[in-house]
Amino acid sequence: MTHPVSLRTIAIAAAFFGGLTAVQAQETIFYSTQLRPIEEASKVRDVLLKGAPGKVTYVVDEPPAFAVRMKAETQAGKRTINVVGALHGELQPHVSADLQPIDDVVAKVADRGIPVNLMELGKLGTGQQQYIPWMQATYVMVANKQALPYLPAGADVNALTYAQLQQWAKAIVDKTGQRQLGFPAGPTGLLPRFFQGYFYPSFTGGVVSTFKSADAEAGWNAMKELWAVSNPNSTNYNFMQEALMAGEVWIAWDHIARVKDALTTQPDQFVAFPAPAGPKGRGYMPVVAGLAIPKDAPNRAGAVAVIEHMTKPETQLMTAAEVGFFPVVKADLPPNLAPGIKLLAGAVAATQGSKDALVSLLPVGLGAKGGEFNKVYNDTFQRIVLRNEPVKAVLESQAKVLETLMKDTGAPCWAPDKPSQGACPVQ
Amino acid sequence: MPARTSWIPYALIAPSVVFLAALFLVPLVQTIWLSFSAEDGLSLTNYQRMAGDLNFSLAIRNTFLLTLVVVPLQVVFALAMATMVAKLDKGRDLVLWVLTIPLGISDLAAGLAWLSLLQNTGYLNSALYALGLISGPVGWLSQETPVALFFAIVLAEIWRATAIVLVILIAGLQLIPKEFSEAAEIFGARPWTRFRRITLPLLKPSLQSALILRTVLAFEVFAVVYALGGRNFPVLAGEAYTWQNENQNYGVAAAYAVLIMAISLIATAVYLRVLKTHPEQLP
Repeated sequence: MTHPVSLRTIAIAAAFFGGLTAVQAQETIFYSTQLRPIEEASKVRDVLLKGAPGKVTYVVDEPPAFAVRMKAETQAGKRTINVVGALHGELQPHVSADLQPIDDVVAKVADRGIPVNLMELGKLGTGQQQYIPWMQATYVMVANKQALPYLPAGADVNALTYAQLQQWAKAIVDKTGQRQLGFPAGPTGLLPRFFQGYFYPSFTGGVVSTFKSADAEAGWNAMKELWAVSNPNSTNYNFMQEALMAGEVWIAWDHIARVKDALTTQPDQFVAFPAPAGPKGRGYMPVVAGLAIPKDAPNRAGAVAVIEHMTKPETQLMTAAEVGFFPVVKADLPPNLAPGIKLLAGAVAATQGSKDALVSLLPVGLGAKGGEFNKVYNDTFQRIVLRNEPVKAVLESQAKVLETLMKDTGAPCWAPDKPSQGACPVQ
Repeated sequence: MPARTSWIPYALIAPSVVFLAALFLVPLVQTIWLSFSAEDGLSLTNYQRMAGDLNFSLAIRNTFLLTLVVVPLQVVFALAMATMVAKLDKGRDLVLWVLTIPLGISDLAAGLAWLSLLQNTGYLNSALYALGLISGPVGWLSQETPVALFFAIVLAEIWRATAIVLVILIAGLQLIPKEFSEAAEIFGARPWTRFRRITLPLLKPSLQSALILRTVLAFEVFAVVYALGGRNFPVLAGEAYTWQNENQNYGVAAAYAVLIMAISLIATAVYLRVLKTHPEQLP
């Protein structure tokens, strides 16, 4: 008696699940390490992806989990993700094994006006396009307005030098007794990027080749002085916005996405300005996030459609207005930006437009060794600044580690290091 | 009848054996394999990199220091608490429930709770400031205050994980027949003598379980340390995490994992031998 019923149930269930798989086949899964916080992710879902053809599901993950999932899907031979959005450095370890070349997509977004040098970065050191640039960001300095009266005489906050930054922070220590300069030196802070994109280019004019030069030695001594007037809690800071908003730190350097909350919630309390300049110029590092298609993506057409949609000038402008990442295409920012985003945009423009700007490109060709490349700079900082080991000896021993790393990967020099034949040499 | 039931015990433990094999033994073998593999076949490269790293000796020292300080303190506190709870007539369940609350909290949450107490703008500084003892925020958890940071971690660990020892010891205390103690009392033994000569020896099997459990967990300590000290206080499990996630070198991370396992196994073997209880010593 129950037979007909259960058979019918099975039939309905089968039809239902059959329908579900059919729907899933249409769906485009967009997997990203960027725009993770819930407010940003919902902006992506509700605003930025609106108008994208087909059903796009936006899924976010922490970078380590991203790396594991990409590799796991490759190993299992079962790809569920159609399009990925991640930083240049996060995509790099997946070249060839987990990503497919997308030269055909380059033609489709040719009219977007993505600068050639940015597009070139998307090749990740190979002959073929691996990702299409998606969003840009960089690092800025943010200061509480309370700190401004302590600026050294004659110093322009938009054209600071590292020496002036040190004097500024020292003046605050002398007058208030508090060390109010902060760096994101915590476990997930971006301090290695400070050394690779700011400190080394500014002091030595290079990143790898000048690693143990006399200029580098002088730079590290300056860094020690800077650390002496920095908040000792810096080794606990991952995002500077919290320390800035809590008033624990008055002056900070960090990624724009990691100070954004402070600026957008209290735009009247903070100023944003370029990072300081050293003897060799004002080193700065652009951050590029890209869109790539994993190998064997089940819905490649949907992935291409997402890339086309996200690189449209209007989507790019909306991205800037909604989440504070800047366009990779030629497009003027709208005047009605939120005050906090406007402050950031101003600091970024001031950095790029400064006379002594020295751009430090993202490492290319390090493959899966990107993490260990960061470790070289982190360990050098730990040993010289935190453990007070002799500068010269530490640079000698860390240079050996760096040299092995460059030889193992064969990564050629990138700007501001001079181009090299073969692996970038440590001089 | 016995012939028919002989397979039942095996069938009953089969699910957990399968579970352990699939989710414990397989990853274990994979981890060991990973730790010995390098680009050119099997080698000790990962272990060499681990031992040569600037944080390695520090992580070993910190982990052992933490274990050697925390575990004995926890056993002493748990013994004191267990004997007190055993003496209670009224409200025993309520007291036990309150004492075991930290068990229900994840270790990361516990670490974050202590962070909110001890950080610069935390409750401790607010209280000290209100009492006029400090003039501004004092950092307790920074890399420049290693002693304060160590005590903060010890405090948080004791708060968080003493209850597990307590629960095991209370269960053990309940197994000790009252007659021994009563007889000793009649012969005039003082409370301390009764505790030392009767309770403690009879509690040895429970103590052994508690010590093994706590020591193994102490060697794996991570979340509380990470929440309070970040990388300021390197420990072995934290280094494994850093190599896996930040440095993205899974081989060295696996080497750390194998090292932690080896240390735990040795500690367990030591406890099993030192605290061995002969069946005739049991009540």
